[in-house]
Amino acid sequence: MRGVQFHASPVLAIKMPAWRSRFIIFLLFAGFLALVVRALYLQGFSTDFLQTQGEMRYARTLEMPATRGKITDRNGVVLASSVPALSVWAIPEDVDASPAELSTLAKLLDLPPADLKKKLSDDDRKFVYLKRQVTPETADAVDKLNLSGIHERKEFHRLYSQGETMAHIIGFTNVEDIGQEGIELAWEKDLAGQPGSRRVFKDRLGRVIEDVASIRTPHDGRDLTLSIDSQIQYLAYSDLKAAVEAHRAKAGAIIVVNVRTGEILALANLPTYNPNDRSDLSGAQLRNRVLTDTYEPGSTLKPFTISLALAKGVVTPQTIIDTAPGRLTIGTATISDSHAHGALSVEDIIKVSSNIGTAKIALRLPSEDMWDMFESVGLGQAPHIGFPGSAAGRLRPYKSWRPIEQATMAYGYGLSVSLLQMARAYTIFARNGDMIPLTLFRTESPAQGVQVIPPGIAAEMRHMLEAAAGPGGTAPRAQVVGYRVAGKTGTAHKLENGVYTGDKYVGSFVGFAPVSDPRIVVAVMIDEPTDGVYYGGDVAGPVFSAVVGGALRALNVEPDSPIKSLIIPPDAPGEVP
Amino acid sequence: MRLNALLVVILMASALSLVSSQYQARRLIGDLELAQSEQHRQEILWNQLQLDQASLSKHQLIDVAARRDLNMQPATPARTQYITLSHDAMHAAALLEGGPQ
Repeated sequence: MRGVQFHASPVLAIKMPAWRSRFIIFLLFAGFLALVVRALYLQGFSTDFLQTQGEMRYARTLEMPATRGKITDRNGVVLASSVPALSVWAIPEDVDASPAELSTLAKLLDLPPADLKKKLSDDDRKFVYLKRQVTPETADAVDKLNLSGIHERKEFHRLYSQGETMAHIIGFTNVEDIGQEGIELAWEKDLAGQPGSRRVFKDRLGRVIEDVASIRTPHDGRDLTLSIDSQIQYLAYSDLKAAVEAHRAKAGAIIVVNVRTGEILALANLPTYNPNDRSDLSGAQLRNRVLTDTYEPGSTLKPFTISLALAKGVVTPQTIIDTAPGRLTIGTATISDSHAHGALSVEDIIKVSSNIGTAKIALRLPSEDMWDMFESVGLGQAPHIGFPGSAAGRLRPYKSWRPIEQATMAYGYGLSVSLLQMARAYTIFARNGDMIPLTLFRTESPAQGVQVIPPGIAAEMRHMLEAAAGPGGTAPRAQVVGYRVAGKTGTAHKLENGVYTGDKYVGSFVGFAPVSDPRIVVAVMIDEPTDGVYYGGDVAGPVFSAVVGGALRALNVEPDSPIKSLIIPPDAPGEVP
Repeated sequence: MRLNALLVVILMASALSLVSSQYQARRLIGDLELAQSEQHRQEILWNQLQLDQASLSKHQLIDVAARRDLNMQPATPARTQYITLSHDAMHAAALLEGGPQ
């Protein structure tokens, strides 16, 4: 027999029971069914859960920080801007650095090692700032140390390019970059901006591969353009500083206003502070005296009384008022002039600043009219300038005025004003009798004024105020070479605890130039000069003169008064063909 | 049968192009991302430079440098020669400033 006869194999002859093959088919079918059910379950019932889980592994929400807006002056010079800074923080529990590493860290962060150790020894706390707002270079160096438990956080640091010169206008932000003073506080909402976030897919290398959705679009803070001209601001600040130092005064303030637009071109205060380094600040340094401090204006208020009398037709510039013998008793009180004058015309009353003359004119006016006048030039009400803490000053209702009070108010005692209010009020003389709102932001359009006195009276007052700042007036030192100036001095005793002090004064000067076509109003106030000179014309007048001269040149204003040239030879050509 | 074959070819081509365009899109988004972070970096640098410019050109510094180091004096009107332009010169100046008067 060769080979096996397969067809005759007995194995093939075995008959299997039919159920076995059916059973196998059933098992396969059941297996498929299980897969279908599972697929249905995954696709149909738990799909949301699975998708979220999947997304969690590649989708990320990115925070998009908003940059705080810049503050610039009218010519685009950056006054305040935010730059990135880093804060170094730690989880004390996780820090296990060697003493040598800690001392390097302390040196890098410029911290006393003992302080650093103390901060890190508090194991209960989960988060402690080691140092806030370090420079990116320092942060890099800390990074290189590669210490566990030490982390960094991105923040912004606000820098002020002009330092103490503009501290009071701009103010400053705190370490969280939230405005605390000045414009930074008043316009916090506009400056701050809105941080946003967006959803992205990332690949395994951490690169963004798909932008899914923007949850919140970030909005950077708005940039603000101030009306301040940094050149005039510096001029005002440095001249004010020189005067405050020369007269050993307690404080000083100055404001320069554009007559046509109502823009504030400069606003400075002393004492001041450096907004970039606020390690030791006092309340006196922080005060914006131009806006928040009020003082009794003294004689600078006289022009308003006189212009009211002129407008009402009670007097004319040539009306003669007898001011002899330099003292006047009203009721139980006596008022006096610093120098006795005889009979004076109304023009001369302004020129020599006679209290008695002004009081006598005021007593011919109804108290209601005087109150109306003061009120309509903005006294007794806070100016709408959008600045924190603008003072309203004090102006009592006319019904409670006694005659002596009406007389003293006529020359600026018994009511209080801020320097900003005075500068604004003087725009009625510098313009044609209308008063304009002031603004801290650049504007191109001329301001819309509200008529307070007729244009003719304003012109007469300009003439009188020019004489007051001229030879024989109270402020010859306020004159400027090349420009005709007009203005009024004020020397007021300070009120302390309801009593006028005998030896403390506020010397002030408010004026405008050039008289032929006024462009700027400048108000200067020197608080408590202590070197023996205290008349407004002597302490504040020279500051006015220096600032007006510089500012008008900076503004390219043509001189309106003849100049005696000292240096240029007389035969130099005066005309260019 | 031939139609099916054609459809399979088209399907494959479409699938491949989907893969390729997805890849392109991701690469472009990566580039965009890079460009945006570069823009952000440049903006910060620009802010910093503007600030530096303002700090370094502070009037206070110029004033000190001019007065003390360079021994300069302010141009007072007394040392200024004011000139009156004739009609022709005014016209020329107006043209130079960029507008016919």
